[in-house]
Formats: sequence, structure tokens, C-alpha cells
Amino acid sequence: MKRVYVQEQWCLACHLCEYACAFANSGQKDMSKALKGVKINPRIRIEERDNISFAVNCRHCEEPLCQKSCISGAISVKDGVVHIDQDKCVGCYTCVLACPYGAIMPADGGHVMQKCELCTANGGEPACVAACPNRAIVFEER
Amino acid sequence: MKYVIIGNSAGAIGCIEGIRRHDKAGHIVLISAEPYHTYSRPLISYLLLGATDEQRMKYRPDDFYQQNGVETILGVAVSKIDAAKKQLKLSDGHTVKYDKLLAATGSTPFVPPTKGLEKAANAFTFMTLDDAKALDAVLTPTSRVLVVGAGLIGLKCVEGILHKVQSVTVVDLADRVLSSILNEKGAAIMQQYLAAKGVNFIMGDCVAEFGKNTARLQNSGQKLEFDALVMAVGVRPNTQLLADAGAETDRGVLVDEHCQTSLPDVYAAGDCTQGYDMAAGEKRILALLPNAYLQGECAGANMAGAEKEFTTGLAMNSIGFWGRHIMTAGVYEGKALEETDGDNYKCLFVKDNRLVGFIIIGDVARAGIYTALIREQKPLDEVDFELIKTHPQLMAFSRRERAQMLAGAKEEEA
Ligand SMILES: Cc1cc2nc3c(=O)[nH]c(=O)nc-3n(C[C@H](O)[C@H](O)[C@H](O)COP(=O)(O)OP(=O)(O)OC[C@H]3O[C@@H](n4cnc5c(N)ncnc54)[C@H](O)[C@@H]3O)c2cc1C
Repeated sequence: MKRVYVQEQWCLACHLCEYACAFANSGQKDMSKALKGVKINPRIRIEERDNISFAVNCRHCEEPLCQKSCISGAISVKDGVVHIDQDKCVGCYTCVLACPYGAIMPADGGHVMQKCELCTANGGEPACVAACPNRAIVFEER
Repeated sequence: MKYVIIGNSAGAIGCIEGIRRHDKAGHIVLISAEPYHTYSRPLISYLLLGATDEQRMKYRPDDFYQQNGVETILGVAVSKIDAAKKQLKLSDGHTVKYDKLLAATGSTPFVPPTKGLEKAANAFTFMTLDDAKALDAVLTPTSRVLVVGAGLIGLKCVEGILHKVQSVTVVDLADRVLSSILNEKGAAIMQQYLAAKGVNFIMGDCVAEFGKNTARLQNSGQKLEFDALVMAVGVRPNTQLLADAGAETDRGVLVDEHCQTSLPDVYAAGDCTQGYDMAAGEKRILALLPNAYLQGECAGANMAGAEKEFTTGLAMNSIGFWGRHIMTAGVYEGKALEETDGDNYKCLFVKDNRLVGFIIIGDVARAGIYTALIREQKPLDEVDFELIKTHPQLMAFSRRERAQMLAGAKEEEA
């Protein structure tokens, strides 16, 4: 299955992936309208320290502990993509406690969880990868 | 192959999904005393809170049984297991044969025998959807509710009902709230927070005698009045069926790393079991949903002839009250590394170069990275512990390990 993979030696910590993610998941058509003055809450996050940086998003684990731990049955796997049904989610945060990568976080408001779903709801190719200027994240089979 | 599953909750569903990974054809029969489609037990408090409804709190979609080829017998209890004949006796008189059996019978609220309890009006436990509905039906804006037990279930119930009633008073013999998962400092922070939300606490006391609408306390002699009573002091594993059938039990049904009981072809999962707790290093009861699912899944795989072990059982709780979250995991042994700003609280427990447990209140972001350190028994001198201590992060791992985590590198090539 294609996943977003990190090539950390190429990451510039430019955070464009975070902006592209926030925009892609905003449901808006205009980027400046979607993001201007907004504190973004992207599903991919850059970690940076000294001169190391890299992006972290859901790994779409083959044995997803978040899904197996979800107390409400809100997390499912469809064609390998781990998906959260925000309508069923009650925001108990058990998935946050279970995810070894720290890749699940509350959506705005904190009442339900969100995570990278590889832009399956946004028309296909992950927006973060398309926005990365340096191929520090790629979408491929490995 | 005929699989029979007793129960219809996390353990049972895990088992079905475990079986179906390896055996698409075998006949699965699921028998459960509760008459409902599988629902998420922990969500009964969210139902009262208005954060979910009966449709959304279903643990699996409406077509789950059909999709997985499961024949259901709901609203019927299993009254006896005959392990020699490999058959079950049901409360409606029928018998059902099995080749492989899973018992995921869960637990029952423990109600301490108390003088006058039978006289108490509107007395409930808080375990099932029916309990929640029955409690909800008697609550009015003028209700004074007494909750006995300041543990996870009692306080989640409080969160669910506080907005509907005039007052809620919680009585617990322990000196602190959530005593099964919090230490003194953490409990003090949470009790103060909950009290500020309007919950009354009487700690270090218990009810000596109930009247119809009254409770006289043991130590203070104080008399409380209530319109509804919730008994939530704890739960006990449902071991009877399996114990009567000859399975080895301690406090729970003893299961091995395959989630098998001491009886041939009989497996068990979830709240009814006592399986290996890797953080504690011994068999313990872990009455938690993730554990029930993972045990059920492991049992299912083995029942279907695959070889699967579950060796990473671990206490892990994520519990929130009105948007304030607590996460705990593992055991509270070794050196306690504490950090607090009065509001947020964190305590990491380190023993023999390993993280063995933690308590976090407030800033719970990415805490699963800590859980993984416990689960994998990661030697802490292999990570930048000073860094990860401040916040859970992947930066604290070596570049090689990060490549495995994020770049799909295989262990050997990385
Ligand atoms: C209010 C509340 C909040 C909770 N919150 C959390 C939480 O936030 N996180 C968490 O991890 N856990 C939580 N839990 C615990 C969690 O619900 C349990 O760990 C989990 O449901 C265990 O699943 P199980 O499959 O072992 O058993 P159960 O969910 O107890 O289900 C057992 C089933 O077996 C059936 N059964 C029993 N005996 C028989 C019989 N003889 N014949 C036929 N059927 C039988 C019962 O009717 C029942 O349907 C909470 C529990 C409660 C009550």
C-alpha cells in the first residue's frame, strides 16, 4: 500500500506540508481564506530541533493499536487506510494513548479526534506530499 | 469448524475479527444475555451526557454480523458449559455444541452488602445500556443523586448526569478519587477540578445504612438524602461459568499467552480474565476495553488455527471529564519523576532503565509514545531521555529507529 514516507535528510522544516494539510482538510476553496489568521491544526506535524527536522503523520499500521483500542468503534480500516468516524468518536483520547507515533490529535474544539487519512476524502494524492518542495515526504509503496 | 462465543462486547468482537482473518468459512455462533446489537459499554455515560446516541454508540456497523457470517442468539444466557461433551446449555433450554469456545462474559458490578440497601429507592448500578436507560428515566432537574464509589465508573456516571440533576454527592471509602489509577497528587488535582464543576465529595467514609431516601455514613454519622442512588464501587469478573466447567481461576479466569484457559479448546478474553500484565510482571485483571479486544483477537486467531500470542497486556486508561483528560499506563514503581504547574501534572515512573508507568493530567498530547516505551520495554539509555521526558516525541529516538518508524526501513537494512 502507498503511504507517506519521510526522507528526513531532505526536510527543510518549512512547514508547508502542515499548511497544505490544514488547507486540504478545511473544506474551503481559497487558501488565504482558509488559513489567514487561523491557528492551523494539521494532521501532519513537523518535529524540529537543532538541524534535524521531519514530518510525522499516521503510519496506517498493519496492526493499528488505535483501532483495536478505540472504545467507541469509531476507528476502522478501509483498504489499509485507518479512518476515524468523527460522528461516532466521543473524544475519549484512548487512541492518543495507544498510538506509538503520536500521530493522532484532537480536531478543533477537542471533542473528536483527527488524523491523516492520506487525503482519501480530499480527492486522492496527499496534499502534504504535493506541497513539499524538497521530496522530504513521498507517497509510495515501500 | 464451529466456533461459539459467549458475550457480545469488545472481547467477543475482537474474537470474531481474529477468527475471520484466518478462517472465512467456519460457522460462528454468538450468544449473549444482553438483547442488543454490540454496543460500546464505556459510552453509556456519553449517552446520558448527550455526546452520542444508541445508533452511534454501536461498537460495529449494523451489518457486522452479516458481513462476518455470525449467527447471533441474543437475550439468552449460557447457563452451563460442559467441557467434556463440548456443549453449552442455554437459559431457554437449548443446547449448543462447539468445536472452539470463547468466553467473553465480562464483569458484574460489585455491590457491597449494606444494611437497608433493599429499601433504597431508585438504586442502580452503572454497567449496561439498560442500567443507563433506567437511571436516566428517574432523573429530574430536582434529583439529588448519591453515587457510592469515586472510581472510573462512578465518576464517568457523574459526568454523564450532573447537568440533568440538582446535585450529585460522591462517597468513597478511599481517601482520594480515582484511587485505582491516580496517586495522591494527581487525585488532589482532579478532585479539586471536579468539585469546582459542582460535584460534592465525601471521602474516607462509606454508607452504614440505607433508608428509602437516606444514607447514614459510617464514620461521620452524617445522614444524606437522595432521590437516586448509583452503586459503583467496582466490578468483579464473571468467572462462574468457566469455574463450574473446571477451568482454573484465580480472581479472574486464568488465561495463557494464547488467551486459552486450562480447558482444551476453551478460550477467554476481556474483563472475565486474569492474563499476563507485562508491566506488573504477573497475571492481573485488566478490566479495560483495549485489553478485551486484543485478548479476543488473539484468542480468535488461535481458535482458527493460527499461532498468535498476546504478551503486551498493560493497564492503560484514558479518561476525561468535561474536556480535561487523564492518561495513565503501566505500574507506579521505581523512581517517580514528577512535574506540575499546579494545573497540568505529569509523573513518569522509571525502573531499571525502563519506563514502567506514567500519570498525565492535562497536557496529554502524544502520550502514546510513552505507552510504546513501556510496551516495548525500551532501554531508556537508547533514547534521549532528557528530551522525551519534557514531551513525548520521535526526535528522542535514533535516526535509525526513526527510519524504521517513518521511512519504512526494515530492521536489518536500517
Ligand atoms: C461506565 C463504564 C465506563 C467505562 N469506560 C472505559 C474506558 O473509558 N476505557 C476502557 O478501556 N474501559 C472502560 N470501561 C470498561 C470496559 O467497558 C470493559 O473493559 C469492556 O467492556 C470489557 O469487554 P468484555 O467483552 O470483556 O465484556 P463486557 O463488555 O462486560 O461484555 C460481556 C458480555 O457478556 C454477556 N454475558 C455475560 N455472562 C453471560 C452468559 N452467561 N451468557 C450469555 N452472555 C453473557 C453480557 O451480557 C455482556 O454483554 C468502562 C466500563 C463502564 C461500565
